[in-house]
Amino acid sequence: MVRIEFSKLRFLVIDDNAHMRRILRTLLHGFGAREAYEAEDGASGLEAFSHYLPDIVITDWAMPIFDGIELTQMIRQPGANVNPYVPIIMLSGHSEKKRVTAARDAGVTEFLAKPISAKGLYERIVNVVASPRPFIKTKTYFGPDRRRSVNPNYVGPERRKGGKADIIRQVALLDKVRAPGG
Amino acid sequence: MASKEDSAAITTYADYEVIAPQNKLRNAISDEPAAPGDDPVARAEQALDQLSFEFSSWMDEECDRLGRARDAIKTDGFSPKRREELFHAAHDIKGEAATFGFPACAPVADSLCRLVEFAPDAKRIPMQLVDQHVDAVRAIIREYARSDAVELAGRLTERLREVTDDFLVQENRDRPEVIALIGGPSIVPGQNPR
Repeated sequence: MVRIEFSKLRFLVIDDNAHMRRILRTLLHGFGAREAYEAEDGASGLEAFSHYLPDIVITDWAMPIFDGIELTQMIRQPGANVNPYVPIIMLSGHSEKKRVTAARDAGVTEFLAKPISAKGLYERIVNVVASPRPFIKTKTYFGPDRRRSVNPNYVGPERRKGGKADIIRQVALLDKVRAPGG
Repeated sequence: MASKEDSAAITTYADYEVIAPQNKLRNAISDEPAAPGDDPVARAEQALDQLSFEFSSWMDEECDRLGRARDAIKTDGFSPKRREELFHAAHDIKGEAATFGFPACAPVADSLCRLVEFAPDAKRIPMQLVDQHVDAVRAIIREYARSDAVELAGRLTERLREVTDDFLVQENRDRPEVIALIGGPSIVPGQNPR
């Protein structure tokens, strides 16, 4: 497996439960992380996100004020935040398929069902660092590509329309996405 | 590490764009092989183990919180705020029980979460059924040292879940989408109790 230098990563942990924050912090420090900031609800999480500029956000789903899904939607606003591409790992006691799909559709990068394990968390962090997925921007979605793999046996309508254009290289992406129609 | 100077490659199609942001986290990928015996997962598990002496008291705190949420409903009724407090307390126990060393407690907390979440009219939730769940959580934790604790917890959970699901199916008889959700599978291995 790829080796990650956790000391080079800055984490933001958002969970309303102090015990769970302590557990996450302990695991992250155990991995070797030095910078792990915390917030106890979605609102303060969003504020901390803007303030600390974390490399990876780990958030709970069920929280007061606004929950992890709403927080993800706020972060995944092109132009509204300094880093709408930040990897978001959602921790949740919810594990039903419909919930996981909802998290994916909100723009969550990785989903980790509780109970939390060191191995599960480590694998997801390695995944977002070493194997980042491209982002997809449509009229109704902005987030990591929800297709993790290409299924050659897929039968059904192609929901994405083709008409490939040139690859555009640009330095300041945020300027582009902030522009009308960008 | 994130900055406003991120660059990205954008491929534009008819109705969508594929954006490949610059992966600045790649700086954290080490080219050096791990030192012999260096296992970050094992290190983290060891750190968690050192914290584990606190887990029992943390579980008691979570139980007290659940009890307070139940008592508040008895005092104030099933207001949206009280309903949310009860749900969150049960939901946290569901998620933490295994980590804290009480895995057999999680399914009861899950059943209570379902009862609170899927009842279309909270005022119709039988308070006795709430009491039974809260008391079951407490009893399972209190008796966890018993050799048959897990088996007893399993039987208790099964019965509470049956009664809860019967109630929810009856209450949601006109909401097939909720019935599907209630009976829907978890995609997490080992989390499909019925």
